[in-house]
Amino acid sequence: MVEKRKLICISCPVGCELTVTIDEDKIIEVEDNACKLGLDYAEQEIFDPRRMVASTVKVKNGYHPLVPVYTEHPIPKPMIKDILVEIRKVEIEAPVKTNQVVLENVLDTGVNIIASRDLPKA
Amino acid sequence: MSLKNTYDVVIIGSGPGGLAAAVEAKKEGAQDVLVIERDAELGGILLQCIHNGFGLEIFKEDLPGPSYAQRYIDESLTLGVETLLDTIVLEVTPGRKIFASSKQHGFVEIDARAIVLAMGCRERTRAMIQIPGMRPAGVYTAGTAQRFVNIEGYMPGKKYVILGSGDIGLIMARRLTFEGAKVERVLEILPYLSGLTRNYVQCLQDFDIPLMFEHTVKFIHGKDRVEAVEIAAVDKNWKFIPGTEEVIPCDTLLLSVGLIPENELSRQAGVELDPITGGPFVDESRQTNVPGIFAAGNVVHVYDLADWVTMAGYEAGKGAAKYAMALRASETAHIPIIAGKNVHHVVPQSINVRSLEEEEIELQLRVLKPIEDRTYVEVHDGENQIARRLMRYVRPGEMNTITLKPSHFADVEKASSITVDVYPR
Repeated sequence: MVEKRKLICISCPVGCELTVTIDEDKIIEVEDNACKLGLDYAEQEIFDPRRMVASTVKVKNGYHPLVPVYTEHPIPKPMIKDILVEIRKVEIEAPVKTNQVVLENVLDTGVNIIASRDLPKA
Repeated sequence: MSLKNTYDVVIIGSGPGGLAAAVEAKKEGAQDVLVIERDAELGGILLQCIHNGFGLEIFKEDLPGPSYAQRYIDESLTLGVETLLDTIVLEVTPGRKIFASSKQHGFVEIDARAIVLAMGCRERTRAMIQIPGMRPAGVYTAGTAQRFVNIEGYMPGKKYVILGSGDIGLIMARRLTFEGAKVERVLEILPYLSGLTRNYVQCLQDFDIPLMFEHTVKFIHGKDRVEAVEIAAVDKNWKFIPGTEEVIPCDTLLLSVGLIPENELSRQAGVELDPITGGPFVDESRQTNVPGIFAAGNVVHVYDLADWVTMAGYEAGKGAAKYAMALRASETAHIPIIAGKNVHHVVPQSINVRSLEEEEIELQLRVLKPIEDRTYVEVHDGENQIARRLMRYVRPGEMNTITLKPSHFADVEKASSITVDVYPR
């Protein structure tokens, strides 16, 4: 069965409104994309939607009580909630370095949670 | 850190615009570059923007705000940019003097050959949009809530209504949802989104947070704490449409209703502001109407992306460095005139070499001891004679002169100082 779906591409700030034609488990056509990122986005968004997730983790003896962290790569959208639960359990010790892994291979996604800034001791 | 009295380029603010200006000023050749920041750390508002989406234009990478800031913090420190943190600038004068109050140094006074204004912008507040109702706790600008949640570790409430569909409001709707809060509604008075479409998709649509266009807050309920907000639809003239009211129970109202360039310091410095943008009038190098004062980023007009602020910062930093270095060159073109053998003093005590290119300069001097015979007055650079005049005699009671001419320019330009000697022929 051929189906048409509307998607807004989130690859960049332009936000193209794509029309995607799908036949069962295959994309036949992507329309109204301004660049080729739109093609990859449509493929990803329809068969395996993923998102970057950013949050914070607790820090002991840090200049701030928290350090911001994020997923090194996009993770499956349905897992956002569970991943946030895992992130919330983490507590690390200052000092923290940018890109330091605070949680390895979160929920077997193959994706690390890493710090997004340096955080010195208090 | 010891503070210098004079800097080539002083940058006020260390957000994306300020840090980019600092980095570029250094690369362009400015020697002494100082960034003044009122917070205790560099990075500005990027530090609280922990979400991704930064750096796509400049690094072709999808970075969170703090990572984006970290790259410029590291680069500026590596290049030798000096920083003055925990310091609030009190005044900037049209002559580029900066007065500031610093935690470490107390009251400071700094001369800048060039200044880059990079104070960013401020959020519009409840008072500025005049929402009727009670004045309970629980009404915050979205950016304030963002700082509480992302840096200080406080949740401002549990149930939220967000007024305005600006990017910070959308980003906060998702962030608060991540932290277990319920965002009941996002309201936008306009018939279209204020923020980026991608933020609507990944912040509201992904979490089924309802957005209503052409709606706004009619009344805030609650005595000590927000208890509910009454919302209503508006017509094209932003008048409430009777019968569309709805009361939404909540404990917090966030405002994401626009940003305004922050130019209190600019005004004091005599910088002329564009009434349309709220920021300074600037030329292509981001120079304002006040020579040597540049401005970049959200202080000029509000941008959608930090990457673009960075690019504006590069322009301003480059312009400021060029201005400062030209000024420094004209300052160092001054060379001292030294009273040498048998000379009590010479006026002028220094000359601007450049002016000798076009006109004569007369040096006036008085000798220490009389010489009652033919005597030379000689100007030299320590090794080579530049000019010499023969006198019948010299006496301390009678002033002597010797004139430097444009034909001497080439010799004088090479000298680091020149000396006047008086000696018998």
